[in-house]
Amino acid sequence: MQAFTTLTARTAVLAADNVDTDQIIPARFLTTTARTGLGAHLFADWRYDPAGRPRPEFVLNRPEAAGCGILVSGGNFGCGSSREHAPWALLDYGFRAVISTGIADIFRNNSLKNGLLPVIVDAATGAWLIAHPGIELTLDVPSTTLTLPEGRVVSFPLEPFARHCLQNGVDELGYLLGHRAAIGTFETRR
Amino acid sequence: MPSAPRTLFEKVWQRHEVVPETAAAPAVLYVDLHLVHEVTSPQAFTVLRERSLPVRRADLTLATLDHSTPTLTAQVFGGAPIAIESAARQVHEIERNCAEFGVELLGLRSAERGIVHIIGPELGLTQPGKTVVCGDSHTSTHGALGALAFGIGTTEVGHVLATQCLLQRKPRTLAVNVAGKLRPGVTAKDLILAIIGRLGVSGGAGHVIEYRGATIRALDMDERMTVCNMSIEAGARAGMIAPDETTYAYLAGRPRAPRGADWERSLAAWRELPGEPGARFDRELAIDADETEPMITWGTNPGMSVAVGSPIPAAGDALFERALAYMGFTAGQPIKDQPVNVVFVGSCTNARLSDLRSAAGLLRGRRIARGLTMLVVPGSQQVKRQAEAEGLDRVFLDAGAEWRESGCSMCIGMNGDVVARGQYAVSTSNRNFEGRQGSGARTLLASPLTAAASAVRGRVTDPRELL
Ligand code: SF4
Repeated sequence: MQAFTTLTARTAVLAADNVDTDQIIPARFLTTTARTGLGAHLFADWRYDPAGRPRPEFVLNRPEAAGCGILVSGGNFGCGSSREHAPWALLDYGFRAVISTGIADIFRNNSLKNGLLPVIVDAATGAWLIAHPGIELTLDVPSTTLTLPEGRVVSFPLEPFARHCLQNGVDELGYLLGHRAAIGTFETRR
Repeated sequence: MPSAPRTLFEKVWQRHEVVPETAAAPAVLYVDLHLVHEVTSPQAFTVLRERSLPVRRADLTLATLDHSTPTLTAQVFGGAPIAIESAARQVHEIERNCAEFGVELLGLRSAERGIVHIIGPELGLTQPGKTVVCGDSHTSTHGALGALAFGIGTTEVGHVLATQCLLQRKPRTLAVNVAGKLRPGVTAKDLILAIIGRLGVSGGAGHVIEYRGATIRALDMDERMTVCNMSIEAGARAGMIAPDETTYAYLAGRPRAPRGADWERSLAAWRELPGEPGARFDRELAIDADETEPMITWGTNPGMSVAVGSPIPAAGDALFERALAYMGFTAGQPIKDQPVNVVFVGSCTNARLSDLRSAAGLLRGRRIARGLTMLVVPGSQQVKRQAEAEGLDRVFLDAGAEWRESGCSMCIGMNGDVVARGQYAVSTSNRNFEGRQGSGARTLLASPLTAAASAVRGRVTDPRELL
């Protein structure tokens, strides 16, 4: 996994609550056996009309969304299916972080394992970010803070282990394999 | 000092801690049963291959085909090619992966194949006190047998394949206490829709739910699975029900359940699992089953439901407006008598034998409305055979419905079974998200009884009018 220490990027805002993983990446694109290439289908049913033409009003189709690295959305982002294709699609598209007042458990877990930073903020900060699309933010993993353009600093929760893994690009599988002896003992003991 | 009374969840959790959690690191949690399917596993096997790692416990791993697998008999048994090319590739990929890594696969033509959450309990592999995981959020279903069961992502599928363990932070606990008796025509599906309506779609976030109380004790295993299945729709990590005589009677004699002396030993251990009196939950919620009505969803998440006889709410926030616009409904309109194009009876929520019996019971001697399409998709090949032995297939076919091979089918619409853009589907599945059953499809979640009644009338119908 690529290490994530700090990121300064502009936001794209998707104001809806409860954006589920079926919206992030519809099921018909899950017949892939690879992790790459899903960015083209990110939010497919919102981004394209039935004929496959971009819907000009959708946030990611607006010119100002080009190059945005942070997605800001409403509460309970990433609910629903456990498909890891959701963070893969966001990363493949170019997002490195998602900000919301609430992020669903499995999606959050999946994001952390792929170096997509899930940032949970308080209601006031969330509302402010939604009202100010396209602003530049700095997300800092070591200090678990987000810095708004006018300099205000907001901290976000990130448990120490997840922070350590992100910051150092630690791969959790390697960490688990390091416990092989304890796993073996557990298996013989029971 | 005597230890504090523990809940069912706490007992199962503690028994699986290889390394307990600390402030600095999550627990290393052992997995007893790892279920694998074709959609969320390919990339995990790729990681194993890249690192030259074997599957640590192939004997605790079972794979099947359900999500992208077709349900048309010609494509499953008739030698016709799988219509969706990428799905066919996925089927071949899991065949190759399982062969190479020594994992048992209940393949396309296996008599034991089925939806991953239906076959675990059906085979007797899901047992009280086990930890069960799968790369699928509805793994919560298995909690109905007193297992701690939850969905994981593909990276974690790789972790379990390689180490039989997961890194986990201990979730909090939520007791949902259900009192009272479900009235005739009101099912476990209605109960769980009502519970999600109360909790909200993120109300269970970070928690494991334990469903308790007299109403839950009175449910049979199929019904308990329906309840636990939809725990994730309230945002919960898992749902559990303490094992009891109903659970043990269900498991006895199942092909992969313990036998003989092993059974006696297991039974003794299972009886130790229910929570101790006075065990504390982080939160509790009380539900009155007496008041529960047949429910149906009108919106685009499973929390947006009403009693079939009640109108859609009269006003709401932006989310409410968006859901109404997508569904083509107006605020305050009745949901009853809404015309329906498709009825789907299937999915890991409601495709067990008792679900099919309940739908068939209502359809017997009746026909579905003209112009309506009805798909009945058994949850497993075993459910299919049992249903056929009882003649349920004839009831569905005579009524004008289609009878398919098992699989996820229209629940997820990635296998050729889809609801067309703009059409209304009353579905016994678990998600009514935008586009879930096909791009632009409009889903109304309900019980098998309500689905069957709506198929007969061609409109959303309270099943009690036809019972
Ligand atoms: S039936 Fe539906 S919810 Fe259940 S496992 Fe299949 S796709 Fe998922």
